[in-house]
Amino acid sequence: MSHDTTFAAPPAEAPARPRQVGESPLRNEDRRLLTGEALFVDDVHLDGMLHAAFVRSDYAHGNVKSVDLTAALEHPGVVAAYAAHDLGDYWEAGPLLVPPPPIDDLEFHAATQVPLAKGKVRHVGEPIAVVVARSPYEAEDGAALVEVDIEPLDVVSDLKGGLEPDSPRIHDQLESNLAAHVIQRKGSWEEVRERAHRVIKRRFWYDHGASAPMENRGIVANWDARSRELTVWDTTQAPIPIRNGLAAMLGLPQSEVRVIAPFIGGGFGPKIMMFYPEEVLLPWISMRLGQPVKWIEDRQESFFATTQERGQDHESELAVDAEGRILGVRDEFLCDTGAYNPYGLTIPINTQCTLLGPYRVPNYHSEFRMVFTNKPICTPVRGAGRQHGVFVMERLLDRAADELGIDRVEIRRRNYLTPEEFPHDHEIIYQDFKPLVYDSGNYAEAMDRAVEMIDYAGFESGAGAAARSEGRHVGLGIVSYVEGTGVGPYEGARVGIEPGGRINLVTGVGTQGQGHFTSFAQIVAEQLGVQASDVEVVTGDTARFGWGTGTFASRGAVVAGNACHAAALEVRKKVLTMASSVLGAAEEDLDLAEGVVRVVGSGESISLGELAALANPLRGAVTPGTEPGLEATAYFGPERGVTASGVHAMILEVDPDTALVRILRYVVVHDCGRVINPMIVEGQIHGGVAHGIGNAFYEELVFDEGAQLLNASFMDYLLPTATDVPTIETDHVETPSPLNPLGVKGVGEAGAIPVGALFAQALENALDVDGFEVREIPLSPNRLFELMRDAREEG
Amino acid sequence: MGETLTIRLTVNGKAYDRPVEPRLLLSDFLRHDLHLTGTHVGCEHGVCGACTVLLDGEAVRSCLVFAVQADGAEISTVEGLATPSDGSGIPHPEDADLHPIQAAFRESHGLQCGFCTPGILMTLVPFLEENPDPDEEQIREALSGHLCRCTGYQNIVTAVRLAADRMAT
Ligand code: FES
Ligand code: FES
Repeated sequence: MSHDTTFAAPPAEAPARPRQVGESPLRNEDRRLLTGEALFVDDVHLDGMLHAAFVRSDYAHGNVKSVDLTAALEHPGVVAAYAAHDLGDYWEAGPLLVPPPPIDDLEFHAATQVPLAKGKVRHVGEPIAVVVARSPYEAEDGAALVEVDIEPLDVVSDLKGGLEPDSPRIHDQLESNLAAHVIQRKGSWEEVRERAHRVIKRRFWYDHGASAPMENRGIVANWDARSRELTVWDTTQAPIPIRNGLAAMLGLPQSEVRVIAPFIGGGFGPKIMMFYPEEVLLPWISMRLGQPVKWIEDRQESFFATTQERGQDHESELAVDAEGRILGVRDEFLCDTGAYNPYGLTIPINTQCTLLGPYRVPNYHSEFRMVFTNKPICTPVRGAGRQHGVFVMERLLDRAADELGIDRVEIRRRNYLTPEEFPHDHEIIYQDFKPLVYDSGNYAEAMDRAVEMIDYAGFESGAGAAARSEGRHVGLGIVSYVEGTGVGPYEGARVGIEPGGRINLVTGVGTQGQGHFTSFAQIVAEQLGVQASDVEVVTGDTARFGWGTGTFASRGAVVAGNACHAAALEVRKKVLTMASSVLGAAEEDLDLAEGVVRVVGSGESISLGELAALANPLRGAVTPGTEPGLEATAYFGPERGVTASGVHAMILEVDPDTALVRILRYVVVHDCGRVINPMIVEGQIHGGVAHGIGNAFYEELVFDEGAQLLNASFMDYLLPTATDVPTIETDHVETPSPLNPLGVKGVGEAGAIPVGALFAQALENALDVDGFEVREIPLSPNRLFELMRDAREEG
Repeated sequence: MGETLTIRLTVNGKAYDRPVEPRLLLSDFLRHDLHLTGTHVGCEHGVCGACTVLLDGEAVRSCLVFAVQADGAEISTVEGLATPSDGSGIPHPEDADLHPIQAAFRESHGLQCGFCTPGILMTLVPFLEENPDPDEEQIREALSGHLCRCTGYQNIVTAVRLAADRMAT
C-alpha cells in the first residue's frame, strides 16, 4: 500500500491496512459457549415436542423373526411406535456416500445401512424399532417393552475368517463378505525386490477406535404444515447434503426443508456420515404425527450407533539400497468396513496414499481387501486411515535404519522429497479421485527444527545414555508424516455489509469447534479493513446458505476459507468502486481501514455503513444494469487436495515393572501452509495429539468373538485425561500451497496421525531390549508388559 | 408422567418450586424443566464431568444426582457465573462481565467446541477458591475428572493459571 508521505498523518490516525490473517484474535464464538448461551441440538425445546427412543439389536447377526410393538403402544405416555414394515415405501437403504474412485480393475460391492432392520440384523446396536413418547423417559420405557424375536446366526468378527469360503455371509445378495479389492501400482515392485540391497518384511496391526466427541449425536425435527417447512436441527458436519437428501426422500422441495447444524460438541468424522437411520426417521415421524420430535443419543448407544474406525492387518515389505534409499514398497492389507460400507473406500485409500509419506518411493505395490464384518459401520475418524499408513512406513524405515546401521533421522532425510521436486506425482489415485500429487512442502526443514527442539543430538550423545545408566528407561522417538487435506468438491460464502456497517459472513459448512466464527471472520476482515470481531459469522444453516458439502478431510479452512476470501475480495472491489465515485477520487488513492474508506492525503472519507446505505438506492437513484448492495457470493473448488506435513518427536519414560509410560516431552513441527490463526492451529494440534495418544495407548474397542463390544462406556473405553496428555511444544514451517489464493493447507487431523508410529519408536528406544519390536497399536500397559516379557523370554 | 414429588430449590439465586418424577436426573431437570441448557450431558454415567454443577457450593455431577435429592439445595450453573460488569481488571473490556475463569478460558483458547467447558468451569470455581495458587500438577489433577476431546487440555491448564493470577490481584 503506497502512501503519499508528504501529507501523511501520524500513523495512529492513518493506519496501514491491519493484518488479520496470521493473527490470533480472541474467538468470536467463545462468549456464547462460556456463558451457556450457545445452542446445541439437545438444547432445542419446542412446544409439544415428543421424544424418540430406539430399540436396537442385541445380536451381531441374526434373522428378525418378529417385532411386537403392542405392549409398548399401550404404555402410558407412548404416542407411536414403528418397525420396518410400518415405513412402507419410505424404507430404503441409504445412499452410497462416496462411490469408488476411478482405479483400474477395482472391485467394489456396496451394501448400505437401512433405516430399521428388516429380515436381518447385521451388527449389535442396529435399530429395529422406534418408540415415540411424551418424554424421553417414557420413550425409553416403551422401547424396553418392544418384543423382538431374533434367531441368532453365525457371526463374522475376524477379517481373514470373513473371507474364507465357508464363512457366514452378511449380505445375501453378495457372493462373499468381500466389500472391495483394490490394487494400486507404480513402477515395478517385483523388479526392485530382486535387485535390492535389503528387503525388510513385517506384519503390522493398527487399530483406530471411536471418535468420542463429548456431545453425542442428536436430531430434532419439526414439520410445520401451515408454513410448509420442515426444520431439522442435526449434529451433522454436513447440513446441506442432509437437506438435499431429506427433501428427495420426503418428496419435498428443497426450499421447504431447513437443516440447521447449530453449535456441535465435536465431530471428528462420524458426524459427517449420512444418512444415519435416526436422521431418516425423525423428520418422517414429525411429518406423520404433525408434532416436533427429538432424539438424543446416549453414550452407550453411541458406541454402536455412531460409526467408528477399526483395525487393519498389514503385510509389508520395504526394499532399500545399501545407503538406505527406498527402492520400493509392497503393502497388502485387510481392513474392516463393519456391517455396511456407505463411505466407500475413503479410509483404505487414505492408508494406501498416506503410507508414501514425505518420501520418494519409485516403486509401489499396494493392495487391500475390505471386508464386511458383523460390527458397527466404519467411516473416517480424525486421521481416517492415514495413521495406519504412516505407522507401516515409519516402522519399516526404523527397521531399515537398524539393519543398515543408519541413524533414524538420517535415513528419513535421505528419502525426503526436496522442495525442488514439487509438484510431485506419486502416480496413484487419492480419495478425491485425483492423482496423488503433492503441491508443496519442506520436509527436511521441519525435521531440522524438530531435531533441534527435542535436542536429538544431545539425547543421542549423552542425556539418553545418562538416564539409562541410572537405570531409567528413557527413549526418544521422531517421525514424519504427510496429510492430504482440503479436498473438493467446493464450498461457498456470502459476504455483505449492512447499512449500519455490520458485516455478515455466511457459509454452508458447519462448525464443530474449529473456530470458524473467528478464522473465517479474519479472512473477511483483512479484505474489508475491519477487525475479526466486527464480522458476524453464520455457519451451518441451509436457510442462510444452501450450497456446499461439509466439514471433513481437514477442508474447512482450505475450501470454505478460500470461498470467504473470494467473496470478501469482491465486496472490497464493490466498496472501492463505489467510494471512488462518491468521493470523486481514483481507487488507487483510497485506503480502507477501520471500517472507513479514506482518500489518502485528504480529509475525505466515508464509512462502510454509509456506503452500504447508498448501495441500496432509493426511487429514482437506480442506475439501470447495476445490482444493489455491497454483497457478494463466491465459491471455491480446489483443483485437488493440498498436502500438509510435519514431524513429531517425543521423549518418554517407561517403568519396566508396571509398563506405565510417562511422556516427558512432546514436540510438533507442522506445515499447514499459510497460517490463518496460529492460536487455533495450535489448539487443533494439541487436540489431535491428545487423540493420537489415546489411540496409541488407551483407546481400544474390544469385541469378543461374537462381535459384541465389551467396553461401551467411558468407564471402560479410556479417553486420555489431563494427567495423560503432556505439554505440547509447537513450531511451524510455512510452505504456502500454490493451489489456493490463501496458500493454506488443512490442519484438523495432523496432530493425531503419527502418534502411534512415534510411540512405537520411542518405546523401542527406551527399552532397548533385543527382539522388542512394536508392530501393533493400540498398546496399553498390559499389552506393553506382554510384549516386553515375550522379548525377554525370547532374548 | 408417573407419581411426582414437589421440590423447592434455588438455582443461580432464583427460587423454583416444581413437581418432578423421582427418577428425573438433576441434569435433565436443569436442562429440560428449567431450560438452563448451559449444563451439558456427555455420558450420564459420571465419567465425563460435562454435567458438573455446584450443589451447596460443592462440585457434583448432576447426571448422578436425582432432582429430588436436590430438594432444598442451592444450585449454581454456568449461567450464573458471569455477573454484570465487575470490571475485574480483564484486559478485553467486552469480557468484563465474565467471571475471571471464563475470561481466562477465552484468552487462553481453553475451549474449542465448548461442550465440556461449562462443567469444567464449575469444577474450577471451588477449586480456585480452595487452591488460589495451584501448580501445574494440581491443576491437571483437578481437571482429571473431566474429559475434553478437543483441546488436549494444555490451554485449559494455561487458562486456570491465568485465572488464578488474575483472581489473586
Ligand atoms: S454427563 Fe455427567 S459425568 Fe458425564
Ligand atoms: S472443547 Fe470440545 S470437548 Fe472440550
